[in-house]
Amino acid sequence: MTTVDRGPVGHGRMLRKEDRRFVRGRGKFLDDIALPGMLHLAVLRSPVAHARIVSVDTLAAEAHPKVKAVVTGAMLEERGLAWMPTLSGDRQAVLATDKVRFQGQEVAFVVAEDRYSARDALELIDVEYDVLPPVVDARRALDPDAPLIRDDVAGKADNHCFDWETGDAAATAAVFDRAEVVVRQEMVFPRVHPAPLETCGAVADYDRVEEKLVLWATTQAPHAHRTLYSMFAGIPEHRIRVISPDIGGGFGNKVPIYPGYVCAIVGSMLTGRPVKWTEDRTENLIASGFARDYVMQGEIAATRDGRILALRSHVLADHGAFNGTAAPRKFPGGFFGVFTGSYDIEAAYCSMTAVHTNKAPGGVAYACSFRIAEAVYLVERMVDLLADELGVDPVELRLRNFIRSDQFPYTSRTGWVYDSGDYATTMQEALRIAGYDELRAEQAARREHAGDGQSLMGIGVSFFTEAVGAGPRKDMDMLGLGMADGCELRVHPTGSAVLRISVQTQGQGHETTFAQLVAEELGIHPENVDVVHGDTDNTPYGLGTYGSRSTPVSGAAAVIASRRVREKARLIAAGMLEVAPEDLEWTKDSSGGRFDVRGVPDSGVTIEQVAMRAHGAGDLPEGVEGGLDAQVSYNPDSLTYPYGAYICVVDIDPGTAVVKVRRFIAVDDCGTRINEMIVEGQIHGGLTDGVGMALMQFIGYDEHGNCLGGSLMDYLIPTAKEVPDWETGMTVTPSPHHPIGAKGVGESATVGSPPAVVNAVIDALAPYGVRHADMPLTPSRVWEAMQGRATPPQ
Amino acid sequence: MQVPAPIEYERATSVEHAIGLLTRLGDEARLIAGGHSLLPMMKLRLANPEYLIDINDLHGQLSYIDIGATRVRIGAMTRHRELLESVALAEVCPIFRDAERVIADPPVRNRGTLGGALCQADPSEDLSSVCTTLDASCVIRGRDGERVVSMDDFHRGPYETAVRHDEMLIEVRIPMRPHGSSAYAKVDRRAGDWAVAAAGAALWLDEHGTIADARVGLAAVGPNTTGIPAISEALRGRAPGEDAWTEAAAIAEAACRPVTDSRGSADYKRHLAGELTRRTLRTAWERVVAWR
Repeated sequence: MTTVDRGPVGHGRMLRKEDRRFVRGRGKFLDDIALPGMLHLAVLRSPVAHARIVSVDTLAAEAHPKVKAVVTGAMLEERGLAWMPTLSGDRQAVLATDKVRFQGQEVAFVVAEDRYSARDALELIDVEYDVLPPVVDARRALDPDAPLIRDDVAGKADNHCFDWETGDAAATAAVFDRAEVVVRQEMVFPRVHPAPLETCGAVADYDRVEEKLVLWATTQAPHAHRTLYSMFAGIPEHRIRVISPDIGGGFGNKVPIYPGYVCAIVGSMLTGRPVKWTEDRTENLIASGFARDYVMQGEIAATRDGRILALRSHVLADHGAFNGTAAPRKFPGGFFGVFTGSYDIEAAYCSMTAVHTNKAPGGVAYACSFRIAEAVYLVERMVDLLADELGVDPVELRLRNFIRSDQFPYTSRTGWVYDSGDYATTMQEALRIAGYDELRAEQAARREHAGDGQSLMGIGVSFFTEAVGAGPRKDMDMLGLGMADGCELRVHPTGSAVLRISVQTQGQGHETTFAQLVAEELGIHPENVDVVHGDTDNTPYGLGTYGSRSTPVSGAAAVIASRRVREKARLIAAGMLEVAPEDLEWTKDSSGGRFDVRGVPDSGVTIEQVAMRAHGAGDLPEGVEGGLDAQVSYNPDSLTYPYGAYICVVDIDPGTAVVKVRRFIAVDDCGTRINEMIVEGQIHGGLTDGVGMALMQFIGYDEHGNCLGGSLMDYLIPTAKEVPDWETGMTVTPSPHHPIGAKGVGESATVGSPPAVVNAVIDALAPYGVRHADMPLTPSRVWEAMQGRATPPQ
Repeated sequence: MQVPAPIEYERATSVEHAIGLLTRLGDEARLIAGGHSLLPMMKLRLANPEYLIDINDLHGQLSYIDIGATRVRIGAMTRHRELLESVALAEVCPIFRDAERVIADPPVRNRGTLGGALCQADPSEDLSSVCTTLDASCVIRGRDGERVVSMDDFHRGPYETAVRHDEMLIEVRIPMRPHGSSAYAKVDRRAGDWAVAAAGAALWLDEHGTIADARVGLAAVGPNTTGIPAISEALRGRAPGEDAWTEAAAIAEAACRPVTDSRGSADYKRHLAGELTRRTLRTAWERVVAWR
């Protein structure tokens, strides 16, 4: 094996270590787990959106020869387990007791000897429902005559969930009052679903003798889940071990604790045997964490010559039946507060009203960086609307209003401290790759010959700034748990190492990226660094992987741990070479890392030799303990602010209104890149998400609250046929406060791309006088926009 | 994992055996060919047959594309992929290749069959529209022999056909006329999706280049995929060209009965019925001219 094949000793392109097992079909996912005596659990779900439960008859199901247990909400209530806390401090029914509040809500479960029998037995449970009128449209949720959903909460008289605001209302109003130009637009970011290829599931194994629970679960946050199970179920935390095996995609869908996990635990406790629960596709789509569902009123104020002065928005947020959103406690609206985007403006204000509806709970999922997807969509649509109003090129308008590189660190009008950026350079790089002027010339030529079978060509731009890497413990916690992450590094006597991390990969490539972080600092080849994650008994505590936080938080911990090890190695090397530590020079090349006596090449020792001495028989310098380990819990000073310039080119068939994405140019700046190939892979995936959201993905409901997106025939995910060959580029502006200058990137493209696609479609439709149309821009909605009557999604 | 309810399973070794099993087991038995419609419905428990009679062993017997001077015979077990890849079929009926290119995805096309598609009788299904356009007839076999029904009679409504529970579709016959060609066009929201709307067109010219006959079949814009006789009447004897296509498009828009659903609004689908009628007639005519 050549050095090139093995990849660099440190940062740089290399194939992913974990792919050896994935491409051979040797990954071990939740559903691959089979324990001796394991039983199977199936969940009975509500067929209706809103109903009082009159009775639940389980006798026939219990008589099924292969059924071991049938459990209802009433049975859980006797044990105090019918309700569980959500990540937002609300409560959610594990199994419904009084009412069902969304279609697909958990009503009962069956544990049986096999999956088929468990499913068959669900048909034998007879539930009598007294159907109630549902609240489906968030706009009607606060109507005086709206049916009350949350009558389980004492004193609650309406469907109000929370209010939240940010920015300075008075200052913003003052700017709007004197502004020469004000543009307003209502826009919907419809409900979508992350739809990971692997659905959610759990295998619970409760040992009645040891009184210990081992829970394999599809979770992005195994440690946080362990703590919450302990607090909720009363099992001492040291008697719970959560193992998150290989995860087939998370995207935020696997952050919450779902009732099914709790059911599996209860099922194992009741039967004394391991119990497996895995969702089917429909269950995942209709009942697990959705994303978005915001109705946003946007207002932008500017001078006539194109200086953006202020932004204002009001958001109506549909949180579904229970507030199951996952966001830091002080941020009920997530990080929507960064809706001022990449622009240096005078004032900003946002108010948000969140409501309950008879829809599935959730809200923060699908790689949104805690609602920044919604924020970016709002500001990037508003800037395009302003450009249209002013008759200015949308790129020119953005360039005029960007935060300048000399303004960083920049404190936004809503209080976010942007760490670093050089926006104009990144924008220019995207224009260069795209050939922007030529594209505009081609568009003008096509418009001149409109009607000769010419496609309607559109060019859309978005420039996004994200705030990721939550977060500083002074500002951010989830249910009181600080958002730090940890790692533990052990270097073995022969110079290989194991890094145990608290974050949980779901496809991001942690086993490679984190090995490269160690390699860069210690000169140990990534192949010789094993990365362990996803097992709470074998990794240090931390809050997990979501919000693009692994590299900004746990990655920083890995770097700091490696540097601590290196400093200890320096002391040991100094003893070995009988020189003062400060006389040693650290170097790293393709053969590894070593300490040499300053000015005397090849005089020293390699990191492997130091490792052997650290564990070996020879003397160590005075005051230096044996071993070569370090443990770090990293509390970030601040968030990191990755950004990017995206340009999308579409062609629309004027006869059928079908949108074809011709090109997509993405120039991302996520600071220092550890493995460019992995970064590009994340961007490719996120861009595909963005095309999907912009053009086809939508979880709709009918007027009865029936979910219309319950299969992948109904909830469409783009294929290779719908996306172009991605054209990616990069600039590198390091984060000043991250130890290697890296920023998170996992969600950048998902966040940044939807407005580029929508802006391109609206641009293509300019000859029809279209100013705005809501996602998903299906052929039908585009055609209706061309007729001047596009309607928001229902 | 979605799992179906308990079923009994039999493999038929001949058409007679399959019909015998259907007769004996009654209307709780279903034939399974490619299974790409039936199995998902069973997993969702929308279909709960007691018995499945697997006819995949009849593939060798019922998979053929026989092109004669006056008619094309296609066996009911001919798989989508075989229809797609048949060069001979594309020469005489290019509409099949047009349609097969946009039906589902390769795994479905590898297993799904012509007979299965027609018997499923989904109003959005493409091959029903293709066969309607081509004025095909269906050969149905029962205990007492065969009967032949036209596509118009074959389709009784959404998911309903003339095939009785103890019968089996075994062949599709397509009449061939000289100086004709055909085309198919579909708008979907994503590759592999069902049609938002689709249209097939077939056109025959006389020796003067005038339209001798024309047929249009629409999919997904009404409960049935019956042909539109008014288009045939309007185009017979006309000179081919944009005026004729536009008139046909207007008839198609008026004749269809779409409903609004998550694939699109009724207005949009009606628009597409016209637009795709225009496009497929134009393409079919261009193919006749090119071929002559």
